Amino acid sequence: MASVSIDSIHKNYGATSVLRGVSLSIADGEFLTLLGPSGCGKSTLLRILAGLEMQDAGSLSIGERAVDNLRPKCRDVAMVFQSYALYPHMTVASNMGLPLRMRRLSTFQRLPLLGRLLPGTARIAAEIDAEVTRTAKSLGIGHLLARKPGQLSGGQRQRVAVGRAMVRHPAVFLMDEPLSNLDAKLRVQMRAEIKELHQRLGVTFVYVTHDQAEAMTLSDRVAVMLDGELLQVAPPQEIYADPDDRRVAEFIGSPKINMLDGVVRERGLIDVAGSTLAIGADALAGAHLTLGIRPEAFHLAERGGQGVLTGSVRMIEHMGSDLFVHFDLAGGDHPLIARLLAERAPDIAPGQTLHVGVRPDRVLLFDRNGRRLRQEVESGRASVTPIREVAR
Amino acid sequence: MSINMHPNRLLQPSAIVRHAVLLTTGALILVPVVWMVSLSIKPPGEIFRASFSFWPAQFYGVENYTKALTEAPLPRYMGNGLIVCALILGLQILVCAPCAYALAKIRFPGRDLLFAMVLIGLLLPHQVLSLPLFVLGYQLGILNGYAALIFPYVVSPFGIFLFRQFFKTIPDDVVHAARLDGLSEIAIVWKIMVPMALPAVIAFSIFSVVGHWNDLFWPLIVVRDQSLMPPPLGIIAFKTEEAGNDYGPLMAASTLVVLPLVIAFLAAQKWFIQGMTGGAVK
Repeated sequence: MASVSIDSIHKNYGATSVLRGVSLSIADGEFLTLLGPSGCGKSTLLRILAGLEMQDAGSLSIGERAVDNLRPKCRDVAMVFQSYALYPHMTVASNMGLPLRMRRLSTFQRLPLLGRLLPGTARIAAEIDAEVTRTAKSLGIGHLLARKPGQLSGGQRQRVAVGRAMVRHPAVFLMDEPLSNLDAKLRVQMRAEIKELHQRLGVTFVYVTHDQAEAMTLSDRVAVMLDGELLQVAPPQEIYADPDDRRVAEFIGSPKINMLDGVVRERGLIDVAGSTLAIGADALAGAHLTLGIRPEAFHLAERGGQGVLTGSVRMIEHMGSDLFVHFDLAGGDHPLIARLLAERAPDIAPGQTLHVGVRPDRVLLFDRNGRRLRQEVESGRASVTPIREVAR
Repeated sequence: MSINMHPNRLLQPSAIVRHAVLLTTGALILVPVVWMVSLSIKPPGEIFRASFSFWPAQFYGVENYTKALTEAPLPRYMGNGLIVCALILGLQILVCAPCAYALAKIRFPGRDLLFAMVLIGLLLPHQVLSLPLFVLGYQLGILNGYAALIFPYVVSPFGIFLFRQFFKTIPDDVVHAARLDGLSEIAIVWKIMVPMALPAVIAFSIFSVVGHWNDLFWPLIVVRDQSLMPPPLGIIAFKTEEAGNDYGPLMAASTLVVLPLVIAFLAAQKWFIQGMTGGAVK
C-alpha cells in the first residue's frame, strides 16, 4: 500500500508538449481516475508513473520513495493494459505466474530443465502455482489455467490481465482503459467487479479512461485532463455539479451541458436570449459571460417572463422516465437540450412553443476565458467553494 | 448457396486458365528434378538415348546409389552440411533476434541510421564481399575449416530485417507488460519476442538452411580439404575426380543431397501452418 505523489511532470515528444507540469497527489488506498479525451496525455502520465517512459522534468514518488530512477519492475506497481498485453504463447497459468517466477526464482533456477534440479526450485514453483490458482479462482477463471489467451473470450482475457497484476500484490494498480475492448454489457459488469476488487484489496488504484461513466461510478476522485494539463481534481459529484472550468463542465455530463452567452444587466440580473435571469454574478454591468445550464436544471413553465426561456421544440428523444427535448431559442444559434420528467411533460410535440424555467442556483457562470465565476453569496443560494487541489 | 460452393466452379473458364497456369509453372519447376531422379536409376547406356522415358528399361538404381555412397564420402559431406547449417542458423538467430529487438522496440539515437545500414547490407550480394572476407579469413587464420564456412554468415541482414519487421507488429504493450513483470531486455527477446515471432523464425530457418545447404560459391573459395566439404562442393569434386562422365552415380548423389531438404520441408509443413495461425493476441 502506498500513496503516490506526482510533482510538476513535463513530457515532450519532439516539438509536441504532451504533459505540461502535472502535479497530483493520490492518497493511500484511493481510487483515482484520470479522465480526458484521447490524446490529452493521460496514458502517457500513467506510463511515466509505471516507469515505461521517462519524464523530461518533474519527479515522482510512490509511498515516500522517489522512483524517478527506478526501473519499472522495482517500482512495485502493476498495470492492466487496454489490449490486455497477454503473452499469446503461454498458458493462463504461465501468464499469471511469470511476474512471480521473475521475482522469486534466481536466474539459474529459471533455466529450463537444469533449473528444476537446483535446490528450492520445486518448492518455490509449487508456492507460485498455488498462489496463481488461488488468484485465478477468486477471479472466476480457475478452470481456464491450462488454456492459452487465444482460446479465451474478451472478458476472460481481461480477468487474466487483472490476475497477472494481482498475484504480485503491488502497492499501486495502474489501469489503462481496461474496459475499452469489451462490449457494453460486459463493460458494466466488469466495472462493478473492478470496484469490488478495489474495495477488497484496499490498495491505490490509478485508472485511465475517456469514459465519463466509468470515471463517475468507480472513482473516489476524478482528475480531468485536457491538452496535457489537469483542469480539476475532485470527487465525481463535485466535478459534475461544481466544475472549475468550462471545459470540465462540457466534458462531463450526457447530454452535454447547454452553453448560453449572456450580458450582466445590473447586480443580480443577467440578460440571456431575450429573457432575464436573476443570478448574482461577480462581474460589472455590461460584462459578457457564458452560462452553463445542465439539461436537468430546466423545468417546464406555464408562460414566458423573468427567469423563463422561450423557444420552439425541434426534436424529442424518449428515454423512458425522461424526455430529452431539443429546442431552439429565438435568435439562438444552436439548439439546447432540456431533460424533463416524462410524466410532467406529456404532450410536447415538435414545432410547439416551449417555456422552460431555470433554477438560478443550478446555473454555472464562466468568464470569457472559460474560468468559473462563483455566484455571489447575496444571491441566496450560492454554492460553497470547497477546498480542493487544483494543479495548473 | 454461395458462389464458392458452386459444384462446377472448377469448370469455369477462369478457373481452367488459372489451373493451367499453375500446372505449367509447377511442371517447369519439377521437370529438372524429375529428370535428375530418373537419371539416377538408369544405366550409363540409357542416359544419352534420344527417346525419354522416366522409368529405365534396365533398373540400375542400386548400382548408382551404391556407387554414390561408397566412391565418394557422401555421408561425410552431408554431415558437414548439417554441422555448418545448424551452427549458422543457431548463431544467426542468436545475433539477429537481439539486434532486431533493439531496432524495433528500443528508442536510441542513431537507430534509423543503423537500420539503413542493415538495409544496405541486404542489398549487397555476398559475392561482392567474398574477396575482403577471404582476406579477413586468411588474416584470422581460419581458412580451410568449419569456422571459415560459418563466420561470414553469422550476421544476417536479412534475418535482422525479417525479425525487425515482425517484432514491429507485436504491440508495445506486450513489451511494457514484460518490463513490469520483471523481465530484463534480453529475457524479453528470448521469452516473449522470439516465441511470439515463431512463424518468422521458421520462415527464416527455411531460407537459411536451404541457402547454406545448397551454397557452392563460398565453400569453393575457402575449403580445400575434402573432409570439410559441404554436399554441393562434394558433388563437384566427386564429378571431376571419381565419376568423369558417369552421370548415373552423380545424379544419385544429387538426389541424396536434396532428399533431406525435401523431407524436412514435408515434416515442417504442418508446423509451419500452425505457427502462422495460432496464438493471436486479440
